[in-house]
Amino acid sequence: MYDMKALYEAKSVQDAVALRLAYPQAQIIAGGSDVLVQMREGKRAGVELISIFGLDELRGVTLEEDGTLRIGSLTSFSHITKDPLIQKYINVLGQAVDQVGGPQIRNIGTIGGNTCNGVTSADSASTLHAYEAIVELTGPDGVRREPIEEFYIKAGTVDIRPGEIQTAILIPRESYENTYGHYIKYAMRSAMDIATLGTSVNLRLSADKRYVERARIAFGVAGPVPLRARTAEAAANGQLLTEELAERFAQAVREDIQPRDSWRAAKDFRMHIAVESAKRAFLEAAKLAGGVL
Amino acid sequence: MSVGEKKIRVDAYDKVTGRAKYTDDLCDKSALIAKVKHAEIAHGWVKSVDTSGAEAIPGVVKVLTCFDVPDLPFPTAGHPWSTDPGHQDVADRLLLNRHVRYYGDDVAVVVAEDEVAAMQGVRALKVEYEELPFVLDVQEAMKPDAPQIHEEFPGNILGHTEIRNGNYQEAIREEGLIKVEGWYDTPTVQHCHIENHVCTAHMEAGRVIVTSSTQIPHIVRRICGQALGIPWGKVRLIKPYIGGGFGNKQDALYEPLCAWLTTQLGGRLVKIDCAREETFVSNRVRHAIRTHIISWVRPDGTFAARKIEAFSNQGAYASHGHGVNAKGVNAFPQLYPCPNIEGDAWTVYTNMPTAGAMRGYGIPQAMWAGESHLDDVAKALGRDPVEYRRQVVMPVGFKDGFSKNENYFDTFNQVMDKGMAAIGYTEKRKAYAHQTGPVRRGVGMALFWYNTAVWPISLESSSCRMVLNQDGSIQVQTGETEIGQGCDTAYAQMAADAVGIPFEDVHVVSTQDTDVTPFGLGAYASRQTYIGGFSIRQTGQLLKERILAYAHELTRMPVSNLDLVEGKIVRTSDGQELMTLGELATEALYSLSHSQHLTAESTAQIKSNAYSFGCTFAEVEVDIPMCKVKLLNIVNVHDCGRLINPALAEAQVHGGMSMGIGFGLSEELKFDPKTGRPLNNNLLDYKLSTFMDHPHLQAEFVENPEPTSPYGTKALGEPPACSPAPAIRNAILQATGVAFDRAPITPHVLYAKFKEAGLIQD
Repeated sequence: MYDMKALYEAKSVQDAVALRLAYPQAQIIAGGSDVLVQMREGKRAGVELISIFGLDELRGVTLEEDGTLRIGSLTSFSHITKDPLIQKYINVLGQAVDQVGGPQIRNIGTIGGNTCNGVTSADSASTLHAYEAIVELTGPDGVRREPIEEFYIKAGTVDIRPGEIQTAILIPRESYENTYGHYIKYAMRSAMDIATLGTSVNLRLSADKRYVERARIAFGVAGPVPLRARTAEAAANGQLLTEELAERFAQAVREDIQPRDSWRAAKDFRMHIAVESAKRAFLEAAKLAGGVL
Repeated sequence: MSVGEKKIRVDAYDKVTGRAKYTDDLCDKSALIAKVKHAEIAHGWVKSVDTSGAEAIPGVVKVLTCFDVPDLPFPTAGHPWSTDPGHQDVADRLLLNRHVRYYGDDVAVVVAEDEVAAMQGVRALKVEYEELPFVLDVQEAMKPDAPQIHEEFPGNILGHTEIRNGNYQEAIREEGLIKVEGWYDTPTVQHCHIENHVCTAHMEAGRVIVTSSTQIPHIVRRICGQALGIPWGKVRLIKPYIGGGFGNKQDALYEPLCAWLTTQLGGRLVKIDCAREETFVSNRVRHAIRTHIISWVRPDGTFAARKIEAFSNQGAYASHGHGVNAKGVNAFPQLYPCPNIEGDAWTVYTNMPTAGAMRGYGIPQAMWAGESHLDDVAKALGRDPVEYRRQVVMPVGFKDGFSKNENYFDTFNQVMDKGMAAIGYTEKRKAYAHQTGPVRRGVGMALFWYNTAVWPISLESSSCRMVLNQDGSIQVQTGETEIGQGCDTAYAQMAADAVGIPFEDVHVVSTQDTDVTPFGLGAYASRQTYIGGFSIRQTGQLLKERILAYAHELTRMPVSNLDLVEGKIVRTSDGQELMTLGELATEALYSLSHSQHLTAESTAQIKSNAYSFGCTFAEVEVDIPMCKVKLLNIVNVHDCGRLINPALAEAQVHGGMSMGIGFGLSEELKFDPKTGRPLNNNLLDYKLSTFMDHPHLQAEFVENPEPTSPYGTKALGEPPACSPAPAIRNAILQATGVAFDRAPITPHVLYAKFKEAGLIQD
């Protein structure tokens, strides 16, 4: 039994925008795997809900004319993992979201909900940051697009403005082309867990597979929001691919991240895992890219 | 014969199809919902509770606080009552408490038409406290200036027992002894049964009827009577199917409060259904025990003297209290006998959640300490841990003076042989002896000591009733409870053999209802298969005698020439089947000359106990830079006597191993040291191990029939959880050379210790 004041079910994106304007205090609910838990905990008790769950037009993965990969915000984790376009162009994202919770949660949880929560531990978030994803929001003034790094404002807060809902996550062709990524979820158990640290690395190698053309890395839980490690990226870009480079790349991460002490994990432990994960994810991504080490 | 066969559980189809009824399924929709207000301080006094906000909420029916409850302290432990006041459990609880003793203590209750209103009511309560200093650590609580938690127990000492064998002080003066010393810590963990504790209560004809998810219906009936100050017969306790208990439900939890609430609500049906967060904190937990062991060893490996001190964190209320730690410390001189032993078991109140019974009852903690220590001793001597244990472990023929338990067979060597073969111990131990590099493997093992049931510390008795139906089938009732472990099925197998009918003709009445079920004590102490066997065998024989006496009337044959075999009356002199039991039973019930309802009922009092031993072998892979332990293989070997149902025995072992793996590697309730607030009382942050964290769980058995049992059986419920954690710890020791003395061995702990050992350089 959930303590809710009202439930407004959107019939279309435009209807959702109208409901958002009419009930600005209401909480958007998609799969419900976070919102319902918070209501049960009493944190959102008595809330009004706007459900966008019925908006099938926000489901599915498509390739736009310019090669942009478009992931509808209501696409579930399990659909993302099994989607052929995802598997072909950005398989690491499918692998990352396949580590969320358990099968039931992955069937109900959506990528839109995962990003709109604004939590640093979201399994999709570090990979989306590492791929410089674009967040598409639809509001009373039409469609607005924003880099995911700007979408995250602070822990638990994202840039959704009055009347808006998130309608898609976009990955530009330039971002995924010839690019191979690997995600390491570091958690205390092998399923049903949130990340102690999430590390997503992707690489584009030179044609001869000997040099790193572009390295990108983003972390979850290394700061209040997911974040890129640009010093590490700079240390690797244009360099000869070697084990030693992986080590240098990994050590450079220390310059970029600010994990914190909490009862869940100590700062020095998270830092240690971040360096080790960066190295392993880098080497794995290099292997996937056909790199010559 | 049914015993010994892999019979399908009698409740299997009902449970997997969802037809089986649990407490909440049986609760009428008209029930009022009660929600408890839990204290938000760790120690202090409730000065006042402002209920006006809650009472104004639509749907709230009644608010009752710690100022309203009867001043009748009651005990909660699921122990048999003792008519000797000196052996009665400590009565230190009220239904709701003004003296708050832990963060989460029960201070008020809101009763409402539905759950939403009840929760709104709880949130609207304004409680004013006078805060007192609190203490969470067991040894801190023993200090002279520590906060005092119960007036009747100065110094917070709930219990202290001593063992003084030989002369320890004299013995340690011997020349040439090697001293091995360690401190070993186990965490506060919770049972995490699937079904949270739930109970309902209503009144009928002036009596209180409680339906509860409990392991111990007859005991809870008594405790409800005590808590309400009403005659015990005024309480009727019904126990339907339950979704696990593991000892948490071997305690009166919210039944007394629920029973009292219905008396305050005109007898209306009221339900208390714990949330998972409440189950973690406001039910029971496992005692965290800190153990200090010193062994004085001769170069030949023999023990000159040994010392053990165990400090058990009781938490806020007595519950099962000192019995848990005392059991663990009592195992110490038995498992590895030594002439000179000093032992001290302390059980100490703290401002933590109340520790009660949990699968293993002190032995998982004692084995964590003792078996970790044994590997430390073997390492100090440069001996192989298995080979060394063979030298010092309890010998065949060992008798414990108190329990009269005897080690009849060479069980320890047999289980170690089987475990070594199953995991490939010898080859792997050798292969993993000198590893370098970031990822290393190890094998380790641990033995465990266990005993069956509670004689001679407490009463052991079981009662059984059998009723014959027209078709030759029977109903069987006992006071012993099915809690998921499969005792209904084991009992059906035993009853079939005792009476002489097919397994399919035995209908076990699963529900215990204290109005109709014979008196019994319930599911705990791994007792039921052993104890229940006595009354089932005895009652089955009694029923059979009555059936054969009636068969004599119908067949004119002497009873001495008759037998009941697989549901048929057989003339033993020539093997001829004279009639079926169904024909006999129909005639008996409808006979115009001699109608008889054929039944039998009897009580067996049991004045014996049985050792139940075994071991775990584990193989791990340790990724040092990632601070991760992967369990590659694990095997438990048990000698629980003759297996009643091998499939159920294996399932029981799997469940216990899973619990042991979590105990060793991931599970731990955490508390904020500044406030005493629980931090991870939910299934996300409390790292119960999942299916994905387990390798294949291998269960092996050595079947030495237990001579004191009618069916040759003995404990298997708890033993599987006792040795996995130290076996894993010892495997990590082999892999890395690092001795972890605090469970669980989480990545956080691995990181800190690897850094200390120089295996990680940051």
